[in-house]
Amino acid sequence: MFWGRQRYLIDFALSSLWRRKGRHLLLLVVYTLVVAALASVMLFTEALKGEARQLLAGTPEVVIQRMVAGRHDLVPEQYLERIGRVRGVRKKAGRLWGYYYDPTVAANYTLMVPPERHIAEGSVVVGEGIARARGASVGDVLALRSSVGEVFPFRIDAILSAESELVSADLMLVSEVDFRRFFHFPAGHYTDLVLEVANPREVRKVAEKIALALPDSRPILREEILRTYASLFDWREGLVLTALLGAVFAFGIFAWDRAAGLSAEERREIGVLKAVGWETSDVIALKLWEGALVSLCAFLLGYLLAYLHVFTFSAGALTPLLKGWAVLYPQFTLAPQVDLFQLATLFLITVVPYTAAILIPLWQAAVADPDAVMR
Amino acid sequence: MIELIDVKKAFNHHRPNEHWAVNGVSLTLEGNRLTVFQGPSGSGKTTLLTLIGCLARPTSGRVRLDGKDVSGFPERFLTEIRRGTFGFVFQQYHLLRGISVLENVMLPGYPAAPRYGTLRRRALELLERFELAHKAHAKVEWLSGGESQRVAIARALINDPAVVIADEPTAHLDTALAKGFLTIAEELRAQGKTLMISSHDPLVCEAPIVDRLVRLRDGRLAESA
Repeated sequence: MFWGRQRYLIDFALSSLWRRKGRHLLLLVVYTLVVAALASVMLFTEALKGEARQLLAGTPEVVIQRMVAGRHDLVPEQYLERIGRVRGVRKKAGRLWGYYYDPTVAANYTLMVPPERHIAEGSVVVGEGIARARGASVGDVLALRSSVGEVFPFRIDAILSAESELVSADLMLVSEVDFRRFFHFPAGHYTDLVLEVANPREVRKVAEKIALALPDSRPILREEILRTYASLFDWREGLVLTALLGAVFAFGIFAWDRAAGLSAEERREIGVLKAVGWETSDVIALKLWEGALVSLCAFLLGYLLAYLHVFTFSAGALTPLLKGWAVLYPQFTLAPQVDLFQLATLFLITVVPYTAAILIPLWQAAVADPDAVMR
Repeated sequence: MIELIDVKKAFNHHRPNEHWAVNGVSLTLEGNRLTVFQGPSGSGKTTLLTLIGCLARPTSGRVRLDGKDVSGFPERFLTEIRRGTFGFVFQQYHLLRGISVLENVMLPGYPAAPRYGTLRRRALELLERFELAHKAHAKVEWLSGGESQRVAIARALINDPAVVIADEPTAHLDTALAKGFLTIAEELRAQGKTLMISSHDPLVCEAPIVDRLVRLRDGRLAESA
């Protein structure tokens, strides 16, 4: 009986929506855009986090930095030997990297000596972002001025693949000799150290032992970096969603206004339905079904639009807000992924406010006296 | 049988613009009869029909349906009674525009949720009976006045009510169509239905099929013929 009645109500709700398609179309368009905006932010953030996770999977488990007066300082080579005595460390290496500000394009580059890639002296491998910014391609010469004013010409040997562009857009790989000369980097020192731990479950323990053995060091774990990336993207997502909250409220007011502003024809229709034997609850259920059908369409359409925006059109509207943290924006295609929990959250923050906004005006219209049609 | 005991109905009760549309009417209305409520505009005919048909509750007094006092029933129960016992033919017909004749006729049957096929068959039979089967899928806004009224009557009969209430049914019809309505009314009475009609059309009031004429003026009974 209950479902039979609901089937009739859904059938009639569909016919009512179709009869007033002009009125509902505007609502559908606004609703779809609100869902699309929110869903774009959520999909994009989740995809960026996924991208970062995938990328960092190949990075060292522990990074050791040396701290002097609370500031990051260079690590002496001898630290590698001292770490070597800590049980559980499978592999250890010193890293050389630093930042360089290029006034030509007003951007910071990250210069790095790759541990497992040989770079010839006088050559560099650059990220896509740098290549784009400088309009350079393989074979071109990149002239950089060092801190003492000396100009270093580097020949571009290769450009890093777009796959890792999220964190390599501003990356420049150089040889150790060039790196030390360019920055006047003291011999026997590294920027930081990286470790590989034999048993992943011992990573924390190893970090604790190192902190004890080298009191002026700061071990940074990969999982901490991952968490930092996640927090960073979550923070950015939160900011954008907060800004969009205004749009959700505005939409709520719009929905309220449309539900409260029933036309004389619609009020008469409600009166007729009640007069011919429909209960107030039937009328409310009918209007809720109408709302639910509009909601569902708007939700699906909005989500689809967001999906296309993010994964087909590379989220053009959101790039300046959410993507990367370098001045040189990375360009890459995100791997499509849909998270059910995220879908449920989006449903809650769009459909529930809409339903809440229309419920009171609907109830007010539905309790109208049925005898009004006789007067 | 319907009994009205000192029934009063006020609009804008306890306000400066208070108006007593029905002011102390007591009546007993027998089943399977055709009763016409006659009176000038504002005499309270329509309001009285809304009280009889459980569309509204009286401000004071009692309405009894087959011995049951329904005047104090909550809205939900009144709706159930209205759906099962009464069929309404409104003065303006009030068919829903934009949907088909068939859907309009089926509408009062939705809340009881019978099988779709059964409801549809019943609606088509009614349309057949009123010679409107060929218009079943037409939109109601394409119908003539007479056709619209017959659709409204079919809609009133879809739940097979014992009582049919018609408010000024011939107000928008020419003489031939008004006579057509009276023929339908006669058929319905012959089937055992109770008919209650408000009208000031002499064609209706003086029709030989009318069992009882109740005259109203200023919300009170003028005389009962």
